[in-house]
Amino acid sequence: MFDLLKIRRRHGWTFVPDPLRASVIPPFRGRPELRPDLCTRCRRCEGVCPAAAITAEPLRIDLGRCILCGDCQEACPAGAIEFTTEHRLAAFGREALITGEGVAAAAEPAADAIRADIRRLFGRSLKLRQVSAGGCNGCEMELGACGNVNFDMGRYGVEFVASPRHADGVVVTGPVSENMAAALEDTWRAVPAPRLLIAVGSCAISGGVFAPSPALRRGFFDGHAVDLYVPGCPTHPLTFIDGVMRLIGAHSAQL
Amino acid sequence: MKGWLATRNNRSEARADAPAWTLPDLAAEIVRRCQEGLRLAAMFGVPEGGRLIVYAILADDTAARLWIAAAAAATGAAYPAITREVPAAHVFERELWEEHGLIPEGHPWLKPVRYPHDRADRTQTMAGYPFFAMAGEEVHEVAVGPVHAGVIEPGHFRFQCAGEDVHHLEIQLGYQHRGVERLLERDAVPAHPFRNRLAESIAGDTAVGHNLAYCGAMEALLGLEPTPRARSVRDVALEMERMAVHMGDLAAIANDVAYLTGNAVFGALRTRVINSSLAACGSRFGRGWIQTGGVRSDVDDALRSLILKNLGDVWSEAEGMAEKFFSSASVLSRLEKTGIVDQASAESVGLVGMAARASGVPRDVRADHPWGGYADVPLRPVTQDSGDVLARAFIRYLEIRQSLEVIRQRLEDLPDGAARSTSTHATLPPDRLAVSLVEGWRGEILHVVVTGGDGRVIRYRVKDPSVHNWFGLALAVRHNGISDFPLCNKSFNLSYCGHDL
Repeated sequence: MFDLLKIRRRHGWTFVPDPLRASVIPPFRGRPELRPDLCTRCRRCEGVCPAAAITAEPLRIDLGRCILCGDCQEACPAGAIEFTTEHRLAAFGREALITGEGVAAAAEPAADAIRADIRRLFGRSLKLRQVSAGGCNGCEMELGACGNVNFDMGRYGVEFVASPRHADGVVVTGPVSENMAAALEDTWRAVPAPRLLIAVGSCAISGGVFAPSPALRRGFFDGHAVDLYVPGCPTHPLTFIDGVMRLIGAHSAQL
Repeated sequence: MKGWLATRNNRSEARADAPAWTLPDLAAEIVRRCQEGLRLAAMFGVPEGGRLIVYAILADDTAARLWIAAAAAATGAAYPAITREVPAAHVFERELWEEHGLIPEGHPWLKPVRYPHDRADRTQTMAGYPFFAMAGEEVHEVAVGPVHAGVIEPGHFRFQCAGEDVHHLEIQLGYQHRGVERLLERDAVPAHPFRNRLAESIAGDTAVGHNLAYCGAMEALLGLEPTPRARSVRDVALEMERMAVHMGDLAAIANDVAYLTGNAVFGALRTRVINSSLAACGSRFGRGWIQTGGVRSDVDDALRSLILKNLGDVWSEAEGMAEKFFSSASVLSRLEKTGIVDQASAESVGLVGMAARASGVPRDVRADHPWGGYADVPLRPVTQDSGDVLARAFIRYLEIRQSLEVIRQRLEDLPDGAARSTSTHATLPPDRLAVSLVEGWRGEILHVVVTGGDGRVIRYRVKDPSVHNWFGLALAVRHNGISDFPLCNKSFNLSYCGHDL
């Protein structure tokens, strides 16, 4: 008994006091900053990118493909690519994940973009069913971490549940393997409408490093509209929490 | 050893030097050698010029030696199954059957492994998996998955139960198959920066382990030698990965026996370990830390102090928590004598890594086939005897301590010099074969790279330790209550994607 009290006292508080204002320490690689003015169009970045996420002309990165590995930054002789620690990367639309030359500044999702029905229905409580469809366990571990004592996403009423019948939405990770395509579709169908679809990690959003593989069947995403895209490889827990809170319109209420 | 080409971990060999057998003779020879105490570490096919070449790799764990032999076979060829005498070979023969249509005659468990997209027989479908079924009035079947209750990967478990007792568990995998090996074979030559990022995604919880195995094979083929400093930094990355996952597993086991303080404390300590990896390389999972030829992120003095301080703090808190956890009657009553795999079974089905060591089999690549810093500073495998959930939990605690010792040694004696890799553009030599073994936190990771006449990678073989150990989990739950399955499962914590590839 006293041992346990000692352990708890020693452990202290480990929770992140305010996940919506927290930042990630360097050298974490978050939103890239591109400098077309410095770029010499040597295309070395294209040659090293493992996910075909970057183009040199125009200088752009698709965060839906990017695995934030930083290989392009390493390869760039001109210093035109720099990954910042900005972890707030989620977007409501696929196009909004493209950043760089000639693209309007990748703004945070605007408050008025939040669908009123989502805010009304899920703003105070959101239960999600997670499906890994070929995920490498990276995003899965980080989604699991969202509920741990550090990040404690449950404080916002957002939780993962076991049964799709209890869920308000599905969170997909992985590039959707052929062998998992039917189970993913079944799980989606088992969630009662209205329901949300959230794609987490570059694999779910675009196939990521597995995009060229013939073992994938990504038809699920042709048939169902994604409500929230959360980039990363894997997605950091703070990135996910930030994105979900924006989606349900609870972000501004909390700040 | 007559009829075999002697090699070692991380060495490149000319394929022509591998002695050629007929397939039935090779199978008989493998049985003989395994009965003498060698271990079949890999066996796979390489389609080339309209025929199939089967390579077998035997491991002599007592002499840090590997042995290679080959056999040419026609598609659909039959041979007497090795598995009849050597159960641990079951998965290799099933792969050869599934991928190339070779028929191991008399194989007692000839069933699909992972339903790869390019399997020999596309009429084999996941829905048609031939489950073992028991008959009887009291017998009932429980089906779980592929989608599980938690935030974890998919797989299907089929239990045959009499009342609460599990008589048989069959595990059907393949849902996570993404065609990793074919992707690693793409393109003529590996251009900079090779495929390290893809190797890190073979199993995201073992990003460092698989990437190191990839590097080991590529460096052997290219004749690249990482600097002493790079070797030390790599060892640190690997041991931090081990510490983090073991700590997380202790948290998960505590959670499954409803010991919430343990869950919270071990879970938060894991966070401190992975955040130290983040400070080192920008990723909580060590992604981007290691690069073919060396490392991408060196450890400077400030980082060295930070890692040593963080991990020291983590250990001293873990020690207090573990002492309490492993002496609580309520915890021990759940862990002790639950999910036993005895030593003979562990040997027979070929368990590797931590799960093998928990059953008294002292198998550890770091000691048996040492590479990097482990070749300079010998490591003694930690073992337990009881083979139950308690052994697999407690060994994690002991290995966390061991990993910390390795990290301290490497960082305190960190050699001067460069660590970052610079050599970037290279072409692979033709007709070579290289085997790389790494002791990841689960156990033996094996990568084999085979190049063709033009230097292209014609076969990239990956073996995650889970390939062997899933069968161990199935054995562990026999004659246990079905309600103890989650606990047994956590005590193994096997990879779905590492198995499915």
